[in-house]
Amino acid sequence: MTGYEKREGARMSGNSGYRELEHSKPWQYEEGELTVTRSKAWTAPGCHIGCDIKLYTDKDGKLVRVEGDEESPYNHGRLCARCLDIKEVVNSPKRVLHPMIRNREDRGKDKWRQVSWDEALDYTYDNMMEIKEKYGAETFFFTHGTGRDVMQYADRLMYAYGSPNMTGLFSGLSCYVPRIAGMSCTAGSLYIADCSQAWFDRYDNPEYKVPEVMVIWGNNPIVANADGFFGHWVVDLMKRGMKIIVIDPRMTWLAARSELHLRVRPGTDAALALAMINIIVQEDLYDHDFVDRWCYGFDELAERAKDFPVEKVAEICWVPAEKITAAARMIANAKPATLQWGVAIDQTREAMGTGQAVTAIFEITGNIEVPGGLIANTQILDVMGGQWGREFLPEGMDDKRIVGNYQLMKTAMTSCSDDEVIRCLETDQPYKLHGAWLQAHNPLACMSADPKRVLEGMKKLDFIVVVDLFMTPTAMALADVFLPVCTFPERDGLSLICGIQQAGAMNQVCDPGDTKSDMEINLLLGKRFNPECWPWETVQDMFTEVLQDSGYKYDELREVSPVYVPFEYHRHEKGLLRSDGQVGFETPTGRIELWCNIYNMFGLDPLPYFKEPEPGPNSTPEMCEEYPLVLTTGARRWNSFHSEHRQIPRLRAMHPEPVLDIHPDDASKFGVKQGEWVWVENYLGRAKCKVNETFEMPAGIASADHAWWHPEGDPEKLYDVFDLAINNLVPFNPGPSGFGANYKSTLVKVYKVGEDE
Amino acid sequence: MANSEYGLLIDYHWCTGCKSCEMACSVEHDIPIGQFGIRVDQFGPWENAPDDWTYFFMPVPTDQCDLCAERTAKGKKPTCVHHCQAACMEYGKIEDLAKKLTDHPKQVLYAL
Ligand code: SF4
Ligand code: SF4
Ligand code: SF4
Repeated sequence: MTGYEKREGARMSGNSGYRELEHSKPWQYEEGELTVTRSKAWTAPGCHIGCDIKLYTDKDGKLVRVEGDEESPYNHGRLCARCLDIKEVVNSPKRVLHPMIRNREDRGKDKWRQVSWDEALDYTYDNMMEIKEKYGAETFFFTHGTGRDVMQYADRLMYAYGSPNMTGLFSGLSCYVPRIAGMSCTAGSLYIADCSQAWFDRYDNPEYKVPEVMVIWGNNPIVANADGFFGHWVVDLMKRGMKIIVIDPRMTWLAARSELHLRVRPGTDAALALAMINIIVQEDLYDHDFVDRWCYGFDELAERAKDFPVEKVAEICWVPAEKITAAARMIANAKPATLQWGVAIDQTREAMGTGQAVTAIFEITGNIEVPGGLIANTQILDVMGGQWGREFLPEGMDDKRIVGNYQLMKTAMTSCSDDEVIRCLETDQPYKLHGAWLQAHNPLACMSADPKRVLEGMKKLDFIVVVDLFMTPTAMALADVFLPVCTFPERDGLSLICGIQQAGAMNQVCDPGDTKSDMEINLLLGKRFNPECWPWETVQDMFTEVLQDSGYKYDELREVSPVYVPFEYHRHEKGLLRSDGQVGFETPTGRIELWCNIYNMFGLDPLPYFKEPEPGPNSTPEMCEEYPLVLTTGARRWNSFHSEHRQIPRLRAMHPEPVLDIHPDDASKFGVKQGEWVWVENYLGRAKCKVNETFEMPAGIASADHAWWHPEGDPEKLYDVFDLAINNLVPFNPGPSGFGANYKSTLVKVYKVGEDE
Repeated sequence: MANSEYGLLIDYHWCTGCKSCEMACSVEHDIPIGQFGIRVDQFGPWENAPDDWTYFFMPVPTDQCDLCAERTAKGKKPTCVHHCQAACMEYGKIEDLAKKLTDHPKQVLYAL
């Protein structure tokens, strides 16, 4: 990890402080018979990371191999199995290679008609315009899945069309959005663990400090690779002496190497965090100076935390009191301590209270904006914020956004309450919906709670477009038009990584055939809806405009990619975190608000709070008789990105079927054995998976894989998605703020699948 | 077969079981699904004593490992070593690698 030189950008204009990497070779060069092109891995297929890669092509322009770029300060040459197998994705015989149209009455049937792009786009445009003219643009909504590279273009297409309604059909927007919204309200921006990712020379940077302790809360980062966080940085840091505390019911590889492992009952993280806050306050371990100068509402927080004595919380969370106390002390005494948290925080109805409680631990111990602590995210373009192109949304339209009475969402967000969208689909209130655009989104298999409700609701729509790489259960069930996208080696692109942002050039190296990138599709169509909103001739021109602030043109970026956004520590002391240039944080009081004025204004609890997850052993004990096992879902696997990669043989072979990880004692209680197909069932529905008896799970808590379907199955049975989707067990039911839903905590029973099922 | 002068040193204490080595090897050498040039075995998790767990992974090269002869001839690292996410694999002369075995425990040296 040496040899990275820092040099000021050699570009013509733009903000100073952007940094570019010095490479030993040009962005494209010959190696023997092959051409090597430096690029970034990004959608499609999906990922949240964007590793630096080298794509090798032969003289016919065929992709021969991919390698991690060893000069990358981001992934240091390393790649996970998914990118290593990208050739199999690019060349997959299962890809949809031409646009297709299907009659509305044939939805759910494998009766497609291959068409030209002109015909597909004309047909799409005409149908979308008809709905707009007849019923109003708001009656046509847009969706995208996760993946981070498509969302801003989907948003902009929606604004060009004139609709305010972006949704994920995802109860409580339960992935990162609650944490981002929560941190923005309480601390003015999103904070992330400082793993030296802002520096080219990484762990050796003289300003950087290896954290003494990292708390890994509600995720398994080495597998998950979430949001610009290359999970194996944790391993790099452990090699450099960092200790870890793992808060997770599962015995993960990291947990087995932790100083403390708190096997928390799913959905009770807020109680655990409040108990730690109480200990830190009672034992006077908090950072008085930081709290006095930069925090607001400390006394109120301390008072609230008193309601969470450690003995009581130990019973709630199923974690021994001594471990909770030891963890609180260890965090408070570490200089610095940092937090790598995950989606478990969002996937509870009380996501806002939970996120606020967890971050407060690190705020009152002064770990904000310090090297090796938690640092404010920097960005060229807020890809998740829905702001790009929002000025083109016609006036008054935002009032029609489907957001119900969720005032915080209405004010702080640009998207819908997805739970209100489902209600709207079913009740036609506040108005009847007529069409949808789904991009990189397979809600029947993934993301959506209660997918049968989604299917029934969506069936009523007059016109549905799906933009995707492969045929999916969602497209088979619902699409009237299928627009096929290309993979990342087949397109140019701009990778803007969440977290500490960099801008990276993705370079096309092979022929996309009759498929197009998401960006090109949206540019072609967006132009027709509103040419002012999409003024560019080419996607490359569009990327140059996004890069404006950096001063690089897209072509220049190819040479120097990745460029890093300016970064320094202690920005709150230098007036770099507020838009008015004052010191402090971008909150109403200018301080980190432990008692949050914005929450209070919107009628939400201004302090972190805990409520028992429902259903659960404490909230609905009567249910335990029939459903005695606590179930969590959604653990990440090495071989797939949510519902993707199921049709890629090498990757599928690594984890061929959905699995129920269950303690052997629980398995024998239910009379099921290793490798057997079982139904996992709760009050709402059931899903099939294969038993994996393992001590990874503690007795009493099991874990089921998410986002399963069988691409090899019958298309007209929707690839078995309704047998396999664990979200059959998850209701649409968000928390009081509209954010957060219980994807990760329910009560179930388990029984063998019958012979003919 | 490869000669026996070179080998792989694996600091398996840090091996996370990510299987990038398996996949890198398989795609580089076009190894059929179900066969491996290197395979990662899992041990555990089991609880040796309260709060003391065994849970580790052990990558084992097979007869199909040629130590990436084609790559190493060009001065490149074997693809498993290059892509190992935990950066816990090293390729080199056995006599050099052997000296590192005494640095710390939980390493394994494969002479191939
Ligand atoms: S994390 Fe894996 S899939 Fe994502 S970009 Fe990196 S190597 Fe590719
Ligand atoms: S050295 Fe090459 S052939 Fe041997 S296991 Fe590693 S990748 Fe496979
Ligand atoms: S690539 Fe490295 S960390 Fe991953 S399984 Fe192989 S040896 Fe272990």
